[in-house]
Amino acid sequence: MKPFAYHQPDRIPDAAKLLTSIEDSKLLAGGMTLIPTLKQRLASPPALVDLSRLGHLKGITDDGATITIGAMTPHAVVAASKLVKAKIPGLAALASMIGDPAVRIRGTIGGSVANNDPAADYPAGVLGLGATVVTSTREIAADGFFRGLFETALEPGEIITALRFPMPLKAGYAKFKAPASRYALVGVFVAKFADGVRVAVTGAGSGVFRVPPMEEALSRSFDPSAIAAIRIDTDGLTSDIHAEADYRAHLVTVMAKRAVDAAVS
Amino acid sequence: MQISFTLNGRPTIVDVEPATLVAELLREQLNLTGTHIGCDTSQCGACVVHLDGLPVKSCTLLAPALDGATLLTIEGLQGAPGSNRLHPMQEAFREHHGLQCGFCTPGMLMTAVALATERPDLTEADVRHGLEGNICRCTGYQNIVVSVMAGAAAMNAARGE
Repeated sequence: MKPFAYHQPDRIPDAAKLLTSIEDSKLLAGGMTLIPTLKQRLASPPALVDLSRLGHLKGITDDGATITIGAMTPHAVVAASKLVKAKIPGLAALASMIGDPAVRIRGTIGGSVANNDPAADYPAGVLGLGATVVTSTREIAADGFFRGLFETALEPGEIITALRFPMPLKAGYAKFKAPASRYALVGVFVAKFADGVRVAVTGAGSGVFRVPPMEEALSRSFDPSAIAAIRIDTDGLTSDIHAEADYRAHLVTVMAKRAVDAAVS
Repeated sequence: MQISFTLNGRPTIVDVEPATLVAELLREQLNLTGTHIGCDTSQCGACVVHLDGLPVKSCTLLAPALDGATLLTIEGLQGAPGSNRLHPMQEAFREHHGLQCGFCTPGMLMTAVALATERPDLTEADVRHGLEGNICRCTGYQNIVVSVMAGAAAMNAARGE
């Protein structure tokens, strides 16, 4: 690691000010992606702005029609939350499948969503549930937030403070993980609402995406058999040492069926 | 920067560069070499320590995170106060041959103690899932699982005394 200055602001505006005033500075949440990146010298920011003193960014609240999860809430807390398990069990299940137990204790929902790794789990849950990304300056709908490979709608100096999830009638997540990294080779989140079904896929391409043909089929019949014959196009899907694009396309259908299974069981 | 924290029960103050990993701080500055660095990429778990009671990988934790916190390393694991006895989990690993080369053992023990503390009703499936982030390249998992189950039972018995 190259040396960096270390800031621990205790107010969001101070954090935002540091982030905009120090060029190339980075926010540090749980550090589960950033610290390995620094160690490999893939990034060498002059300063880190540590968010751990912003205590109010941690925690889960029941808003009635929605659940709000603070950006600094670790995966282990979401996975174990009685509230999340009761209201959106598919989201608690997703959190319990991220990385390994030690990683889940440090890694945060805000960090995962802001980083938008193409194989991360949370972007599938956020897009699949049509959640709202709450930031220091505004609210952004999930459909407009994820912009492809590690890119999001966040502006310079903008900080995610919370994720607000609407309550689905049913939701489930299924993931085929790369055994060494535990990232999703393909992960599919399926959510059924009164006005339709949303299907979001992670790991298969350069960023999380929805699958309209599956959404339409599942809106007619929320059963794994409804999508068994739907194959997604391999155009734009990732081919790498772990899997070819056609295998990933195949896994999308398989994982989508399992996600529906998980949602109804 | 100066950070102060509780290390294995003792108040500790150190001067560190912010770009210092906790694993490095422990091994190189504080001479606590029981915490091992295996992969250095947060996969293997040989470096697991307890930060405020929770198991974390010290190779992926910056030293400033320790400020104001309580840290327990393998050196702080021990049996009943005032004795020179091994911790019940260490005793179980010795009894059930839960190690071969021993390199992963400090991390295995720290994860195992955290698991058994969190879940007094630990099942074998819990142990296998709970050890997902700890890799043994001797592949001695069978005896490790047996040891953790025995250690957890011993910890429960000690709590009940």
